[in-house]
Amino acid sequence: MSKGLNALREWIDARFPMTSNWEAHLSKYYAPKNFNFWYYFGSLALLVLVNQILTGIFLTMNYKPDATLAFASVEYIMRDVDYGWLIRYMHSTGASMFFVVVYLHMFRGMMYGSYRKPRELLWLIGMAIFFVLMSLAFTGYILPWGQMSYWGAQVIVSMFGAIPVVGDSLTLLLLGDFNLSDATLNRFFAYHVVTLPLLMIVLVFVHILALHEVGSNNPDGVEIKANKNPETKIPVDGIPFHPYYSVKDIVGVIVFLIVFCTIVFFAPEFGGYFLEHNNFIPANTLQTPDHIAPVWYFTPYYSMLRAVTVNFLWIDAKLWGVILMGAAVVIFAFLPWLDRSPVKSIRYKGPIFKFALTMFVISFFVLGYLGMKAPTPLYTLLAQIFTVVYFAFFILMPWYSKIDKTKPEPKRVTK
Amino acid sequence: MADSFSIENEMNGRRRFLVAATSVAGGIAGAAVATPFLLSMMPSERAKAAGAPVEVDIEKLEPGMLLMVEWRGRVVWILNRTPEMLATLAKLEGELADPNSERDQQPDYAQNQTRSIKPEILVAVGLCTHLGCSPVFRKEIAPEDLGPDWLGGFFCPCHGSKFDLAGRVYSNLPAPTNMVVPPHTYLTDTRLLVGAESKESA
Amino acid sequence: MMKLRTFLFILCMAPLTVFAAPPGMPLDEAPINTKDNESLQRGAESFVNYCLTCHAASYMRYNRHRDIGLSEPEALALLVKTGQKAGDLMFTAMDKKEGEEWFGVLPPDLSVIARSHGADWLYTYLRAFYRDSSTVPGWNNLVFDRAAMPHVLYELQGEQKLVVETIGGEEVQSLELVKAGTMTVGEYDQYVADLVNYLVYIGEPAANDRKRIGMYVLIFLFGMLGLTIALKREYWRDIH
Repeated sequence: MSKGLNALREWIDARFPMTSNWEAHLSKYYAPKNFNFWYYFGSLALLVLVNQILTGIFLTMNYKPDATLAFASVEYIMRDVDYGWLIRYMHSTGASMFFVVVYLHMFRGMMYGSYRKPRELLWLIGMAIFFVLMSLAFTGYILPWGQMSYWGAQVIVSMFGAIPVVGDSLTLLLLGDFNLSDATLNRFFAYHVVTLPLLMIVLVFVHILALHEVGSNNPDGVEIKANKNPETKIPVDGIPFHPYYSVKDIVGVIVFLIVFCTIVFFAPEFGGYFLEHNNFIPANTLQTPDHIAPVWYFTPYYSMLRAVTVNFLWIDAKLWGVILMGAAVVIFAFLPWLDRSPVKSIRYKGPIFKFALTMFVISFFVLGYLGMKAPTPLYTLLAQIFTVVYFAFFILMPWYSKIDKTKPEPKRVTK
Repeated sequence: MADSFSIENEMNGRRRFLVAATSVAGGIAGAAVATPFLLSMMPSERAKAAGAPVEVDIEKLEPGMLLMVEWRGRVVWILNRTPEMLATLAKLEGELADPNSERDQQPDYAQNQTRSIKPEILVAVGLCTHLGCSPVFRKEIAPEDLGPDWLGGFFCPCHGSKFDLAGRVYSNLPAPTNMVVPPHTYLTDTRLLVGAESKESA
Repeated sequence: MMKLRTFLFILCMAPLTVFAAPPGMPLDEAPINTKDNESLQRGAESFVNYCLTCHAASYMRYNRHRDIGLSEPEALALLVKTGQKAGDLMFTAMDKKEGEEWFGVLPPDLSVIARSHGADWLYTYLRAFYRDSSTVPGWNNLVFDRAAMPHVLYELQGEQKLVVETIGGEEVQSLELVKAGTMTVGEYDQYVADLVNYLVYIGEPAANDRKRIGMYVLIFLFGMLGLTIALKREYWRDIH
C-alpha cells in the first residue's frame, strides 16, 4: 500500500511539483513561533472566501438577474428551494463576516507594522484585495433588488457623476441605461459572479505567494530569517506551518464557525445590520425609503462622503465628498512609506503612535456609527471632526513616527 | 542555537488518536455540509407543485382517439382502444421483447395484457424508452412504410423503435423496454387522475 | 496617561449622549410565539378571511402550512375558498388595476411584511385605527398617518376616536373606544396577535427549522472545539 503510494508520488513529482510545493508552502514553510490571536484572520479570510464562492455558486442556480424577477427569486430560494434559506444566510452572513475578518486582518498589519519593508508589495496586493472585496459587496448587495439595494446603488453610482468631465459618461457606462434599471442589475450580476470573483482568486493566490516569499511578520516585528541555525538553515524562531499552525488554525476555524453559525441560525438579520429591514420591500423606483444607509461595513466611508458640506478650492462639496471617500480607502496603500519609525511593532513603538492608532480606531467606529444615522447638524459636525482625525493618523505619520520615543527591538522573538 | 521545535513526539499514540478523531469529525462535518447543498439541487416546491397530478375528463374521448395531456412537463397519452385494437394485442406477443410486462415499467395494477386498469383505456408516458423521443401514433393497418405486418401502434421516428397499442416494445429494436405507464386512478367513471394513486397521496 | 484615557473616553461617549430614541408613537410589544400552532392556524384563517381579499402572500404556498400543523387536506379545507390547488401560491382575488383605483396604491404583498416592518409595528398598527372623516377611506392611523387602508377589522374592534391632551406642555395622542365591536378589547388584541404571529411565520416559514438545526450544529461544533484544542496542545508540546 505505502509502496504503491510512494510510487504514485514519484510519478506525479516527475511531472508536477507536488511534493516541492507542499514543502515550500506548508511542511517546510517556517512561520514565527510567536503568532498571537491577531494571526488567525488571514486563514479565516480564506475560509470565508471559500464559503462565499461555494454558496454563491448554489445561489446562482436559482437566482434570476432580472429586475422583474430578482426579488421574487430570492424569496423563492428562501422558501421553495430545499435548504435555500441556509445557503442564502450563509452567503449574506459571510459577506459581513468577510469584512469583519478583513478589517481585523488589516488592523493586525497596522499594529505590528506588517506593511514595512520587505512586505510593501504584499500590503499593496492586500489593498487590491480589499478594493475588490468592496466592489464585490457593492455589486452583490444590489442583487436582491430590494429598496436598499436600489437606492443604495443609486447613491453610489451618483457619486461617479461627481467626477469632472467624464462623470456623466462614466455613469452611463456603469448603468447601461439612463437610470438604475434592469440593464444595471444584469451587468452587476455579471461582475459579481464572474469578473470580481476571478480577480479575487488570482489576487489572493498572489498575496499568499508574496507572503511565502518574504515570510510572515510577527507581533515583535523582528525578522526571523535574520537568525538561522547555521547547520539546518532553518530560522531558529521559526516552526513549520504544517503541522503546528495548521492544527492551531483549525481551532481558530472552529471558534469562528461557532460565531458564524450562531448568526446564521439564530440571528441572520443581525438586528438589521447584516440584512436591512427595508431590503425586504421590493425596489420601488418612485419612492426612496425614509432613511437609507449602506450596510455597516461601508458606513465609515459613507460618513466621510456626507461630511463635506462646503465648496472650496473650485471644487464643490459633492466632489470633495467623493474624493475624501476614495482617499480614505486608497490612503492605506501609502502606509509603508508614511511610517518612518525605526521599529515595526506597536510593542516597541512610543506613546504617540499608540495614541494615534487609538484615535484612528475610535474615528473609524464613530464614523461607522454616524454613517448609519440620518444626518443632523450635530452629526455632520462630529463626522467632520472625526474625518479630520482619520486622515490625521495617516498624513501626520511621517512626522510623529519619527519623533516618537521607541523602545529597542529585541534580537529574537519574545513569548 | 537550536531550533524552536523538535519532533520528538512524532506520532505517539495520543497524537495518532487525536488526528484520527479530528479527521473523522471533520469528515462528518463535511458530509453534513454537503447534504443541504445537494438537497437544494433536487426539484423545488415550485417544481413539485407544477408536477402535481393532473385530472383529466375522458367522457368525450371516442373509441380509437388519442388524448395528450402534460404531466411533469412530459406528454402522457390516453388512448381509448376499440375492440379491434385490443384484439391485436394477443396476436403480436411473439414479436415483442416483454409481452407479459415483467420488467418494472408499470404499476402492479397495470401489469396485464392491456397494461391498463380499464381494458380499453391505455395511459402511458409518450416517450420512447430508447432516448426519449416521442413516438408517433400510427393506427392505420399495414401502411407502406411500416410494412404489411403492422397492426397499429406507435413508431418512433428518431431511431425506428416500434411499440404496440399497449406500449409494448417490439424485440430487436433500439428501445429496450416497454413504455412507462404512470401511476393513475379513476376518481369517477370518467374522471382520470394521472400522476397519483389517490388524491391524498399526491 | 490618565488624562489621555479620560479624553478618549469622553470622545467615545460624546456621540452616544445625543443619540436619543426617534420620535413617534411608541410601539406595543406583540405577544407572539411562532411555535404556537393553534395561534398560527387562527391567524391563517383570519388572514384568508380579511387580508387575502386585497393583499397577496404570493411567495407562500397553501401546502407549506404543514409547518404549522395543517396537513394538505386540512390546509385546503381551512384556507381555500375558490378552488386553488395545494401547491398554489396565495394570490389575491383582487385585480391589480382595481386595487390601484380603489386605494390609490396597490395593496402590498404581505409575504415578507413582518420582516420589513416588524411584529411590534404590525401589532400596534392593526390596533391603532381611528375615525377621521378628513381622509379618503374615512379612517386614519396613529402609527401610519394617512394609511391608504381602511379599518378592515372595524366590525370586530369597534370604532376608536383620537384624543389629544396636553400634559406638561406636550401633546399626547391616545385612542378611545367610542363604539363597541363584536369583540372585547382583550379578544381583539388576541385576534390581532394571532394574525401578526401568522405574518411573522410567513415572513420566514423556515425560521423554526433554522433554530432547531442550529442547536445541533452548535452542539457539534463545541464538541469539535474540545477535540481540536486537545490536538493543538498535543502538537504544540514540541515547541519550546
